Amino acid sequence: MSKATYAYGVARIRAMEMSLFTSAVIEQLMALKSYESCLQFLEEKGWGGTDVPQDAEAILAAEREKTWRTVRELLGKDTRILDVFSYPNLFHNLKAAIKETAVSEKHGSIYYEDCSIGGKEMARIVAERDWEALPANMRDAAKEAYESFLHTKDGQLCDIIVDRAALTAVIQAGEEASDPIIRDYAESTAAIADIKIAVRSWRTGKSLDFMRRAMAECKTVSTERLSLAAMAGIDGICEYLEGTPYREGGAALKESTSAFERWCDNQIIETIRPQKYNPFSAGPIIAYMLARENEIKTVRIILTGKLNQLPDDLIRERVREMYV
Amino acid sequence: MSGIVFALTGAALAVILSGMGSAYGVGVAGQAAAGVVTEDPDKFAKVLILQLLPGTQGIYGLLVAFIALSKIGLLGGGAQMDMEMTTGLLYLAACLPVGVVGLVSGRHQGETSVAAIGVVAKKPDQFGKAMLFPAMVETYAILSLLVSILAVSAL
Repeated sequence: MSKATYAYGVARIRAMEMSLFTSAVIEQLMALKSYESCLQFLEEKGWGGTDVPQDAEAILAAEREKTWRTVRELLGKDTRILDVFSYPNLFHNLKAAIKETAVSEKHGSIYYEDCSIGGKEMARIVAERDWEALPANMRDAAKEAYESFLHTKDGQLCDIIVDRAALTAVIQAGEEASDPIIRDYAESTAAIADIKIAVRSWRTGKSLDFMRRAMAECKTVSTERLSLAAMAGIDGICEYLEGTPYREGGAALKESTSAFERWCDNQIIETIRPQKYNPFSAGPIIAYMLARENEIKTVRIILTGKLNQLPDDLIRERVREMYV
Repeated sequence: MSGIVFALTGAALAVILSGMGSAYGVGVAGQAAAGVVTEDPDKFAKVLILQLLPGTQGIYGLLVAFIALSKIGLLGGGAQMDMEMTTGLLYLAACLPVGVVGLVSGRHQGETSVAAIGVVAKKPDQFGKAMLFPAMVETYAILSLLVSILAVSAL
């Protein structure tokens, strides 16, 4: 692809990066006393809009929508690059549809609409068992998860089948991608998901077989060795991570659960950081989108903390690293 | 075949190749400049200068072509239609440096300008430093211009 393809988009993103929140701005937000003053601060920074109600969820949703709209506009015909980022929502819709269909109960708004198959269509596919209407990388998992949930009513088993398929789809998208950022993102996402599975499985006393079934093989983490390490507890996981690019995750794990969750998100930011110095390709545009997602998540954490009057230390422990 | 065919080909290549380099360079830098101006119209003047930097190669090619056309008598009449083959080939060789280097340096200068426009988008106060990066590429376009002018003038 010609270098000129993304010259406009990347330059526009560079100008837009000026309005991303730096760590200093996050500190300012943290220093505010009340939830209301935080909302006021966000409004002064241009978040939300005149037609958006002064409500945290509405403001954050409007900001997310703004980001996705801009990114889609800048990528033009190449929006397929974004597919990999919508997989979590797409596979969530599958899980939700399977459970809703199998128990024949309606639970209001449980679907995401910003992915290739929205809630209504997914519910139809599952109800009619029209697996051929699903993308190839979902079909087998959908069928298996549906059958298993129908017979066992085990929601967790259904979840691990679909979640593993989602991870495999992300890894496959990374392997097929021509953009290095997609490859790096897919690898980081899959590896971190495997580490999270190991940690949570150990905490909830899951079996080795459960972990083997839930994890997806990627290049930087051996699922077999990680599963065996998880059987030995946190120390085993940390020891295994020492020999991988994720050694800092072990230190975060020893610190606290929230420190570990923060490290997981920071790892994605570290993956995209080199895009700050790349003048061409779709990389900086994707990086901006992920940086905005990270920013919105951090603001949500702070707002929730302020609303529930949590101590600043507890909120700070959960605040993510910023891209700029 | 008369040598004037080669001499004219040389003048044409000087304009065509360097013009192609400049057109790409100014084009790609223009796209980047438009991206910055979409978000921040106040930076128009700064990014315009960066966009124009790769435009010089085309001018250098035009200059060499003018001198060559003038020397072979195609400007103002008196063209040497019976020019010797060797002389024509010498004109062609003399015009090539500015053409080929203009094409390559125009492309690279345009891409460096895009990167410099990215610097200006984030740090407008660093405009002076940002401009130096694409300006460095200009050195090689100037060297080729010098060689072409010296060679064409000496014939």
